[in-house]
Amino acid sequence: MSLFCRNARLVDPEAGTETIGNLLIENGLIAAKGDIATPAGAQVVECDGKCLAPGIVDIGVKICEPGERHKESFRSAGLAAAAGGVTTMVTRPDTLPAIDTPEVLEFVTRRAREASPVRIKPMAALTKGREGQEMVEIGFLLDAGAVAFTDGDSVTRDTRVLSRAMTYARGLGALIIAHPQDPGLSRGAAVTSGKFASLRGLPAVSPMAERMALDRDIALVEMTGVRYHADQITTARALPALERAKRNGHDVTAGVSIHHLTLNDLDVGDYRTFFNVKPPLRSEGDRQAVVEAVASGLIDVICSMHTPQDEESKRLPFEEAASGAVGLETLLPAAMRLYHAGAIGLPALWRALSLNPARRLGLESGRLAQGAPADLVLFDPDAPFILDRSMLLSKSRNTPFDGARMQGRVLATFVGGEQVYRRR
Amino acid sequence: MTFRQKNLLGIEPLHPEEIRTILDLSDRYVDLNRGASKHSDVLSGLTQINMFFENSTRTQASFELAGKRLGADVMNMAMQASSIKKGETLIDTALTLNAMHPDLLVVRHPQSGAVNLLAEKVNCAVLNAGDGRHEHPTQALLDALTIRRTKGRLHRLTVAICGDIAHSRVARSNILLLGKMENRVRVIGPPTLMPAGIADFGVEVFDDMAEGLREADVVMMLRLQRERMDGGFIPSPREYYHRFGLDAQKLAHARDDAIVMHPGPMNRGVEIDGTIADDINRSVIQEQVEMGVAVRMAAMDLLARNLRAVPEGVMV
Repeated sequence: MSLFCRNARLVDPEAGTETIGNLLIENGLIAAKGDIATPAGAQVVECDGKCLAPGIVDIGVKICEPGERHKESFRSAGLAAAAGGVTTMVTRPDTLPAIDTPEVLEFVTRRAREASPVRIKPMAALTKGREGQEMVEIGFLLDAGAVAFTDGDSVTRDTRVLSRAMTYARGLGALIIAHPQDPGLSRGAAVTSGKFASLRGLPAVSPMAERMALDRDIALVEMTGVRYHADQITTARALPALERAKRNGHDVTAGVSIHHLTLNDLDVGDYRTFFNVKPPLRSEGDRQAVVEAVASGLIDVICSMHTPQDEESKRLPFEEAASGAVGLETLLPAAMRLYHAGAIGLPALWRALSLNPARRLGLESGRLAQGAPADLVLFDPDAPFILDRSMLLSKSRNTPFDGARMQGRVLATFVGGEQVYRRR
Repeated sequence: MTFRQKNLLGIEPLHPEEIRTILDLSDRYVDLNRGASKHSDVLSGLTQINMFFENSTRTQASFELAGKRLGADVMNMAMQASSIKKGETLIDTALTLNAMHPDLLVVRHPQSGAVNLLAEKVNCAVLNAGDGRHEHPTQALLDALTIRRTKGRLHRLTVAICGDIAHSRVARSNILLLGKMENRVRVIGPPTLMPAGIADFGVEVFDDMAEGLREADVVMMLRLQRERMDGGFIPSPREYYHRFGLDAQKLAHARDDAIVMHPGPMNRGVEIDGTIADDINRSVIQEQVEMGVAVRMAAMDLLARNLRAVPEGVMV
């Protein structure tokens, strides 16, 4: 079975190019690309000059199984991902219970296989129950398929526990993902400190809390030699520390959520709880600095930080409301804002959305190369639309982009050469 | 006369002209309240519900009296004792009350923004009686009325607000109101009790009382909450009193005719010396309480007119 994508604008993050050409898929893999003729018997996908790029590899998707399936299931998240051009969801372990044993991880893998049309690579907790006390069975979990270890937004306070877990993980070559946010300073905070926070009278955290935690983590990386990824770097002040760590040859990478790249603290406006995310939205100056850092490659990865919350947990006073926003279906159109604003080109954007996260996790996808898995997204970068949250496929619809004007739509998504989504 | 608001959620959305309108009408209600018959029927037939999710004696009594003097049917609900304990959400509580057709809803809530959230879900006029650290608009209006009546004007005055600015909704509303009316506002307090970005509010920031009070026309003291006294924000109440408590010596730096204000309830010997608070030549603390009733009458009257869409320019 072969599939021939004709007349596409091929976005190749590895080569850093955008070229018009064709792409041939055979046996779930990319067989050839470029100026090739239509092979006999191949099914043809007319691309009409629209963009064809590697599917998005989204690190940090929360699927609420086990525990809170009413918020999001593997099925609903999988459909949302397919509609959003996300071909690999790298799932978070902050479920109920936490994914901290090989047995729970196997449940996840099995449910994922049964229910999701896109690939799922699970992460496991770093400490038991994400409590920051005892490390999980890192070896067994690696064998069971964990691609990284993270306690999510529960920051390990005890540096001795963390340094031992890092040392142990180093021995196994495991990747640790941390949420750099000083737990003392950020306790109880709902927004970033500044004039707006003070005007609204909301409990706030200094942006410095991020740099403090990143500095600490980098010192531990230097001490232990572990492979380390910061889930979200969102402030200008943390960037020099990241740059220095990379320059000194430490195995450090960083991500940022699409919300921190496209929204700022003022968007909270009149206490709109769909804008309550972790870490809180930052100032416009910080937003611009992290956009620049993505364009320059200092920040490696863009993610959706997809965090489903039901209506009840959001219809509350701002500081009581649950944090987090869904993002699987809005990641690509929101990322196109950066492209349309001239901040970043498509190949560089796809480096952060697809190539870098795949490489960091040791996955084969994220490339348009011959022999790579045919995980692809076909999209129209210019198509305008107004987002209506009632149309989202996620079970939870807590998106900050409701009613927003967006540009850029997914037309089709392929996973392993199979079409898993087609826009009607 | 201009007042176009549906709700009174804060000072932030008010136009200076609207503030003047409230204060002008308040002056009339001060006269009414000082007369023999303290009754009017402008809210006759209307229902006012006071929902206090946080303890309050003075503000609730003031709103209740204001409503009763204007002839409204007033009901008090002590919310901390009732349905929240049973797990009902704020929005459900609001919808339940809304179904009873109130006309005026007076709400105090411990969380910033909670009153705004509630106002989105009900049809009646909502008055914010204090939400978290956000706003307390009627307090700022009664302070403004007190200042205007004692100083003869509400512009080009130097007003020093002293104490726990960070956690104070009274301070926020006052900073906004006094700024809109073109006064020079100073805030004085230890840096731990200053909110981030305070300088961007167009105020001058001091951490020394003598400097901050220099040539001030109005000295506004804030209450220091008990839970902030022990080591977290300040080392001890006695060190706080020594550095920031208002006594005769510190007050001497202000103008000779400076007035002293306090939103109450006072911690005598913590933020203010008892003799200053009781000095009838300087302290206007009792007047503030009196103005509170008048301002709340005026605010509810104006909101009720908008509710009934009474044309502009028609006075009682």
